[in-house]
Amino acid sequence: MSDYLRLENVSKTFGGIRAVNDVSFALKQGEIVGLIGPNGAGKTTLVNVITGVHPASLGRVIFQGEEVTRQKPFQAARRGLARTFQIVQPFPEMTVLDNVAAGALFGGSPEGLAEAREHAHRHLAFVGLDPIADQPAASLTLPNRKRLELAKSLAMNPKVLMLDEVNAGLNTGEIDTALDLIRRISERGITILLIEHLMKVVMSVSQRLLVLHHGALIAEGEPQKVVNDQHVVEAYLGEKFAKRLKEMGHA
Amino acid sequence: MDFAQILANGVVLGALYACLAVGFSLVWGVLNVINMLHGSFIILGGYLTYFAWQMFGIHPLIMLPIVAAFLFVVGYALQAIFINKVVTAPVLVTLTLTFGLDMILYNLMTVYFSATPRQVTLGLGSIQLFGVYLPVVRLLGMALALLLTGLLYVTLRGSRIGRAIVAVRMDRSAAALMGIRVNRIYAITFGIGALMAGAAGALFAMVFPITTNLSGVFLGKAFVVCVIGGLGSVPGALVGGLALGIIESFSGVLLGPQHALTVGFLVMLLLLIVRPTGLVGVKGYE
Amino acid sequence: MRAAKVLLFVAWIAVLAATPFFADNNIVRTAIMLAMYSVLAYSWNFIGGFTGYPSFATAAFFGLGCYAGAIVEHAGVPMALAWIAATVFVALFAAVLGAIVLRLRGHYFAIGSIAIVEVCRLVVSSWSSLTGGGNGLNVPLLMWHPNTVAMFFLYVMLGLLAIVFAITVFVDNHRLGFGLKCIRQNEDAADMVGVNTTRYKVIAFVLSAFLCGTAGAVYASWVGYIDPTDSFQILLTVKVPVMTLLGGAGTVLGPAIGTAAFVVLEEFFWANFLSWNRAILGLIIVFLIFFLPGGLLNTSFRRVVRRLRGRESAGASA
Repeated sequence: MSDYLRLENVSKTFGGIRAVNDVSFALKQGEIVGLIGPNGAGKTTLVNVITGVHPASLGRVIFQGEEVTRQKPFQAARRGLARTFQIVQPFPEMTVLDNVAAGALFGGSPEGLAEAREHAHRHLAFVGLDPIADQPAASLTLPNRKRLELAKSLAMNPKVLMLDEVNAGLNTGEIDTALDLIRRISERGITILLIEHLMKVVMSVSQRLLVLHHGALIAEGEPQKVVNDQHVVEAYLGEKFAKRLKEMGHA
Repeated sequence: MDFAQILANGVVLGALYACLAVGFSLVWGVLNVINMLHGSFIILGGYLTYFAWQMFGIHPLIMLPIVAAFLFVVGYALQAIFINKVVTAPVLVTLTLTFGLDMILYNLMTVYFSATPRQVTLGLGSIQLFGVYLPVVRLLGMALALLLTGLLYVTLRGSRIGRAIVAVRMDRSAAALMGIRVNRIYAITFGIGALMAGAAGALFAMVFPITTNLSGVFLGKAFVVCVIGGLGSVPGALVGGLALGIIESFSGVLLGPQHALTVGFLVMLLLLIVRPTGLVGVKGYE
Repeated sequence: MRAAKVLLFVAWIAVLAATPFFADNNIVRTAIMLAMYSVLAYSWNFIGGFTGYPSFATAAFFGLGCYAGAIVEHAGVPMALAWIAATVFVALFAAVLGAIVLRLRGHYFAIGSIAIVEVCRLVVSSWSSLTGGGNGLNVPLLMWHPNTVAMFFLYVMLGLLAIVFAITVFVDNHRLGFGLKCIRQNEDAADMVGVNTTRYKVIAFVLSAFLCGTAGAVYASWVGYIDPTDSFQILLTVKVPVMTLLGGAGTVLGPAIGTAAFVVLEEFFWANFLSWNRAILGLIIVFLIFFLPGGLLNTSFRRVVRRLRGRESAGASA
């Protein structure tokens, strides 16, 4: 299968600081790819580059054979490049339902408001928020906000879903639920780029890993191989952790 | 008129504008409130100075600290009683509230002071320097305006209160965690804003005729200076004030005095669009 | 629910339309002003209420409408065509301006919109050859019986009000309105879900402007004389948002209710406390902000209705 979303030599500078440095990679349809790296490695910036929030200074972003480097965020959304935010971004005074309906109405296929709400119910049921559909989004707990964020992105009928730290701040039980959701989303053929801090999470669902360090891509490939890569160990994981992972793998 | 004279006029005017706007800028920067009362504060300061001079013969330079202290109290009280209650509300609310308060103050002043233009005439004569003609009273106004602006700068940098204000400006919640009473700092900041307005008014009354009708004009100048110089910073207000003074002085000569104000506003709109952080930028918190 | 609102509004229009048949000239004049202010308030509601952008540019649109209409009419163009010309001119002005200033947010946008009013006023008052400068401009008066003239302008203003109300109802139930509400609550998130925020904001800005232009032109024809200070009142620019906030911003009936309450209060105070008019207006503003923060509609009526229906949700409305 050909590349679905491809980045070619993408760089992003902010006033002299290179947040993303000459990054190239490609995602295939239906993959789950983990993007890891220490704080400040440029992971979120990369998502911002892909979705047009901060267009690339150099290089190209190609989606389904079309160059989309200079697109605006709303265009990215309509093309099917959806994302969630590390810091959740709901419409606070709207109901949970209308938050998701907004995604369906503007990002999904154009349809009436009533139809958008219908779709919204379906996505809310999928993430398990349907019982509180009529509550204002501002009243939700953190795990529920994360789920709302997910439902909103799903309503946009995404082709590629970029999940920015969807598990941060969740407990183990909540993470398991979230992982289950991610797998089920992937089964629909949606490509997932998973930005994560928790190695356990990344290792358990990703088919491939990308490692970003100081804005540059330092490793790419099968999760087990990547975590044993000398560069990655030095840059990010630390010797101890790598050793433990190795033992886990052999056990 | 030759270049040096126009420039000198612009600098004198600019120093006064800096003093006029610095309080407004501080309030905007620290409280995130556009204080529509600022113009009327200036007029109030000017009127009080004028009436003290005219009725009791008190010299404006003696009146200046008294007026400034009085306006500090007025500002502190208004902030503590009214504005603090909505200080975190959206700009529409805070702006509308201060506009409502301004209407009350404005009305009080027109009823009790009337809108007649008034000016303190000290009759200090004028001097000539390198072919530039300058009335002494304007030089005095400029010197005092710069002195007051400088004093504010030193206060913000050096004193405990000043550093607390700067801390609140940078991060409200972090400042609160450090034990700073944010609401009190807000009231003090608003008081200082009013104090600077009152002092500027006293200076203006010595240099130009003052009338309540000018309150909107002064407020407009404060907007322009803030946008040119950037928010909440003393150096920013100084740069913005001088820039506006010089722009007005030159455009007044080139296009006619009635267009000076328009040019100022146009420069501001342009800057808003091109560089909304102002020439000095938002980093100059102190 | 929607039908009930429309019905209430139609009844209100009918009451205003009936004033020439039972009330004196002064009341009819007030009814015209009320209709005009309602048009301005409904217009502002698109940008200030639905979209949440603190626009103070209403006076610029109104004033430019006054002048565009008056100048065109002065040149011999029939009155109705002059009104249309003013409308188109103001709409274009708002579209071009909106594309530029709507990149600003919050305080900067507020200041920018105030500056627009000032620049318009200053340009109009210094462009004497076209606008008559500070001396103002005379507009040909209608040579009918005064009562007929008043009735005519009342119906024209009510017609404008009906149009702006119809647009409001449409927008409120359309993806445009939904998108605008998204922008109000979180503009970045709105962009991320696929709302073309720039386009939506410009549309809202034009909606907030074009009928102000018409109202200005009609006003100029009605009063027969305009000058820069009267046409570009900074006071008007704050009054209109206050009226909308008084009723309830971003609602369908709020602007009508707020305007009615405000105009009645104002007329009363004008008549009784002429020299304190401004201070009293200020007091109304202070009162509004502290005691009716959501407007008449949002604080009392809506909650009462919701409570009666038993679906008052926890923590709703801030």
